[in-house]
Order: sequence, then C-alpha cells, then structure tokens
Amino acid sequence: MSRIDGLFERLRGQGRTALIPFVTAGDPQPDVTVALMHRMVAAGADLIELGVPFSDPIADGPVIQRATERALAAGVRLRDVLEMVRAFRTQDTVTPVVLMGYLNPIEIMGVETFAAEAAAAGVDGALVVDVPPEEAAELAGKLRPHALDLVYLLAPTSDAERIARIGGVASGFVYYVAVKGVTGAGNLDIDGVGAKLAEIRARIPLPVGVGFGIKDGESAARVAAVADAVIVGSAIVERIEALMETPAAIADAVADFIGALRQAIDAADRRREAP
Amino acid sequence: MATIADEMQQPVAAEAVQTGYHYPDANGHFGRYGGRFVPETLMHPLAELTDAYERYLKDPAFLAELDNDLRDYVGRPSPLYHAERWSRELGGAQIFLKREDLNHTGAHKVNNTVGQALLAKRMGKTRIIAETGAGQHGVASATVAARMGLECVVYMGEVDVARQRANVYRMRLLGAQVVSVKSGSRTLKDALNEAMRDWVTNVDNTFYIIGTVAGPHPYPAMVRDFQAVIGREARTQMLERSGRLPDVVLACVGGGSNAIGLFYPFIDDADVRMIGVEAGGEGIASGHHAAPLCAGKPGVLHGNRTYLMEDENGQIAATHSVSAGLDYPGVGPEHAWLKDSGRAEYIAVSDDEALAAFHGLTRTEGIMPALETSHALAYAAKLAPTLRRDQTIVVNLSGRGDKDMDTVAQLDGIVL
Ligand SMILES: Cc1ncc(COP(=O)(O)O)c(C=O)c1O
Repeated sequence: MSRIDGLFERLRGQGRTALIPFVTAGDPQPDVTVALMHRMVAAGADLIELGVPFSDPIADGPVIQRATERALAAGVRLRDVLEMVRAFRTQDTVTPVVLMGYLNPIEIMGVETFAAEAAAAGVDGALVVDVPPEEAAELAGKLRPHALDLVYLLAPTSDAERIARIGGVASGFVYYVAVKGVTGAGNLDIDGVGAKLAEIRARIPLPVGVGFGIKDGESAARVAAVADAVIVGSAIVERIEALMETPAAIADAVADFIGALRQAIDAADRRREAP
Repeated sequence: MATIADEMQQPVAAEAVQTGYHYPDANGHFGRYGGRFVPETLMHPLAELTDAYERYLKDPAFLAELDNDLRDYVGRPSPLYHAERWSRELGGAQIFLKREDLNHTGAHKVNNTVGQALLAKRMGKTRIIAETGAGQHGVASATVAARMGLECVVYMGEVDVARQRANVYRMRLLGAQVVSVKSGSRTLKDALNEAMRDWVTNVDNTFYIIGTVAGPHPYPAMVRDFQAVIGREARTQMLERSGRLPDVVLACVGGGSNAIGLFYPFIDDADVRMIGVEAGGEGIASGHHAAPLCAGKPGVLHGNRTYLMEDENGQIAATHSVSAGLDYPGVGPEHAWLKDSGRAEYIAVSDDEALAAFHGLTRTEGIMPALETSHALAYAAKLAPTLRRDQTIVVNLSGRGDKDMDTVAQLDGIVL
C-alpha cells in the first residue's frame, strides 16, 4: 500500500483528520527546508506538500509568489527539491510527501525522468496545478508505473460532470480548493464547502483535502469537521517570511503554529466522534 | 465587400471541407500545441466561454452587431495602401500596407476587443479585465468598456507603465483602473499572470479579454477569428486591385494576433508565403531578445503549450525588445503549429533594424508606424529587393507610432 493510502486508512481508523502543511521548497534558503519538514512532522503534520518554485505561478497569491521568488533567487530548482526529499527520507520513511507546482519545469526535465527520479527520491505524489485531467494523460501515464499519485484539484466551479471525470482518474486524495481565488485568498464559506464536499464524496471514493483560506486553528477546526484533510499554506509561509532575516528561528515558529492547528483539529475530531 | 455575417453564416463543416485547414481540434489543440493548462477553477468558465463563442459566432444577430461596430465604431474596412514611394526606394517587390493603424484607437487590437466585449455583454458579465504590454490592448479594452458601461481593470507591468505613459493616461481617461504589476519581470507576461489571478478570483462577474492569440482554449481560436477580418479584407482588396493574391503576407509577432489575423484567410493559398517577424532585440546571439519561435523551445505557459523562452530548468526567461508589445516570452500556439508544419516562416529582426524601418517609412510615406509594426517593415525592406517588381508583399501595419514618441526620442538622445 502506498504511503498516502496507508496514512488515510490509519487516520480513518482513528477517526482523525489529516493536517497537511505546504511550504515552498528552499524558502527562504535551501538549507532550511529538510529540518523544517522534520519539525513539522514532529509537531503534528501528517503529509507534507512541498512547493516547487516556478517563475510564473498563476494560481498563487502574493505570499506564495514571494516565497517562490526567494527560493528561485536562492537557486532552488526541481532537481534540488528532489534532493531535499531524498535527504528527508534518510530519517523519515513514513510521512508522505507530495510535490506541488507547475508543469513546465517537469516537462523540461522530461516527464519520464521526473517520474523515475521523484520515485527514487521518495516522493509520493505530484499536484501539478496547471494540468487538469483533460491534459493529464501523458503525465499520469508516466507517473503510474512509478506508483506516484497524481493529485487533482477540485473547485467551487467544478460541476457534477467534472467531479465525476476527476474521480475517474484521481488517486491518493483529491484537493478541494475552498474559495474561488489564488492561494492565500480570503474568506472561507464553510457551509458552501460542506455542501460541495457532499457532492464530491458522492462521486469520488478518495479522501478529500480542503485548502485555500485556512489561516488559524478556528478555520482549521471548522474544515476538519467536514474534510478528510486540512491543508494550510499561505499562513505558514507568512510566518516563514516574517523570520527570513533569522532563518534559525523559522522551525520553532512554524512548529508552534502546526502544533496549534493540530490541537484545534484534534479537538474538532473529538467533538465529531462524540455522540 | 462581403460582411462577416455573410461569411460566417456558412456552416462550419462546409467551411472545413472547403478550406482543408481546420485547427484547433475540439480541445483547442493545434497539433501538439495549445490546449487548456489552467487550474481547475477556470475549466468550467472556459467551457462556458467556448460554448458562448461557438454559439454567437454562428448567430446572425450577433454577427450583424459585430459588423456594425467594426464599420461605424472601428472604421472598417481598413484601407490597403500601395506604398509606391517606399517600394521604389527599396527597388523590388511592391509593398502594400494593411492600414490597421487607421482603426479607432490606432491598432488592430480593437478588432478583438469589440468582439469579446459583445460576447461579454451577451454572457451577462459586468466587469472586464485585460493585460497589456504596449498599452494598445489596454486602451482598446478600456475603450469598449467605456462604450458599454462596463467596469474595466487593466494589468500592466511596472516596466511598461513607465515606457508607455501616454497610454496609461489614455486608459485612465477612459475610466479604466490601471494596475501596475510589480512581480517577476514586471512586463507583459507578469501582467498576464496577474490578470489570470484576478479572473480566478472574480470569475462570476468578470470577462477576461485576452489581447492576443495566447492563453487557454478558446482564446487562441477566438481571438484569431475576431482578427481574421484583417486577412479577409486584405485578400479581397488585393484581388480587386491586382487580380491576384499577394506573393507574401508579412506581420510582426508578439503573441501573434495581428499576424494570425492576416495569415489565417491565406492558409489554404499554398502559393502565398506567410512570414512572421519576431523581436530580435539586441540580436539572437546576445540572448537579449523576444523570439521564442526563432530561438526558443516548446513548453507550457499561460494555459497553452507553445514555443517559449526559458532556461534549462524550465523557468521562463526574461525577454528584451525595444517594443513593449513584442516583449513576451511565449507566442500563440497556432504559430507554433504553423512553424512546425512549415506553412509559415518566422524570422527575427533587431531593435536597430526596427528603428531604422520606423524612420524609413515615416520619411518616405508620411506614415509613422508602431515600434512593433516596425519589425515587420524592417523585414519587408530586406525582402523586397530580393523579389521582382511585379511581385507583391502585404505588410500588416498593425498600429501607429504615436505611443512610441518617448521611446524613439530617448533612443535618439532627445528630451521631449
Ligand atoms: C501595434 C501593435 N502591433 C503588434 C503588437 C503585438 O501583438 P500581436 O502579436 O498579438 O499582434 C502589439 C501589441 O501590443 C501592438 O500594439
């Protein structure tokens, strides 16, 4: 069983919701990331989403755009990100890692080369933001033999037909983008999310993670009440940015924040389990 | 002259049989290029847009309204002018200029914004967004928004805001909000990124008017169809004038909309050479240019697969051109396809060659072209002497040069 499937099966057995932090690999500098990943796991992260820097991140808001620019300025490229995962795996063979990014850096490496090298490095899946199922055939075909999941986005604008189509090709989990907007954008409409998740669950048997607009324990708890995984990105990256001049302080600050999210999610899970 | 309504009412299937060329396919692919590489949030809105565009481009009432607007508001048909003096000076082929500079707002861009704005209105959208480089597309978008009473936000890179100040002011006079984009290279590609982000966020009430034949399907096909009026008119005008088709059709290529607008109606005329001219900047060898078809490789950016300027890691490269409207690292996917298939040729001319052509046409014909257009003219000036006097070249005079006064003066060491 893959690490991702194993994770969600275990959590389901425990009645718990996964916490998935996102950080941009190499932000604000390359040597921060691997240690940060370990600290996030220790603080309660279940799966790590690692952003691969790309020069033109059309789906990202200002916070992650700036993280991307810092990482690019520090020289971080797709190959370096794979090296970070390889280093992470020398100490952690359990926590799934999903790369999140855009297609062009993968294509220029060669989709086949990427699939082989990512699998060898210990990557579990990829979420390629600008590849909807209609354009995914080649990528999916090359990832599958290496047991890499291709994680798809779903959005408030995805109608029943699109949900079914994505359900037909997705593996691992699906990622519901809770707001119309870019990463870091505004206001979570939790009732709307709940209704949409019901629609998604009726058509897709995989776990559903929810991200975009979750910024604190309270919003995390509200999402945990309806989702299988809570995905938090910009709120973490903001904390990294605030400490970019003192990188040694980043891991502590992020771990504190992850710990708080974890507590809020666990409390929500207990409330849900209680009769 | 046949109206668009006349020509477009021919059933699409019959047209395909007649013309042979029938790209893109239903998913927006031109061979391996094009497609729809966007975040999931935009997939449904793009499908809605495709439906509306396919429906209205067969709707007689819509086409009649478009015809009226193109005639009375834009000023079409635009003249085909025989540049006799310039042709004589160059000593070869006869050069004809398709005068898109005489359109309302001074460039070909308005052909497309009039069409997309009509579509926006039919789709019930109340807000228009656009990206712009030189500012011509921004002005053309702000213009149609003013006319239709739609809110308008134009994204423009900070670098371009500085070098096209007159156009920024024009847009503001027209009631548009101009947002100066400070991310990335602060030019056209970043303006497009920012417009996409706006669209993802405000997709319910907002229509994104892309200014060139790039972006996800249906934009490359839709913008082409709105710009193809250029080539349809030019073809008819040449036949009326000389009884035969031109030997060469020639246009500058930024994203590629004025070029495809001229080329498209000639695609099945195998004897007509189609030549697109990219921005060679300081020379291809210098690396400081904006010529993805001449010196780039295929990749994915802004929703489609096409030729790109990128580094060995797939990061999009900084571009350079003296003309803001050509300063873009990608190009419309149909041009990528026309290049690979060999149907069209693409070459690049340098900043200096373009400037020389700018001055050349201004002095010999009293027509001051845009710096973008000057790239096409520079290659026409090279090509004409190699052809016979009875051969003809149609150059798309895509826009007028008023907006470039500051840039040209500065390069000439003059303070205005
Ligand atoms: C006058 C003029 N010509 C050409 C272009 C290049 O665009 P395209 O290649 O889409 O025609 C521009 C873009 O701003 C322009 O203003």
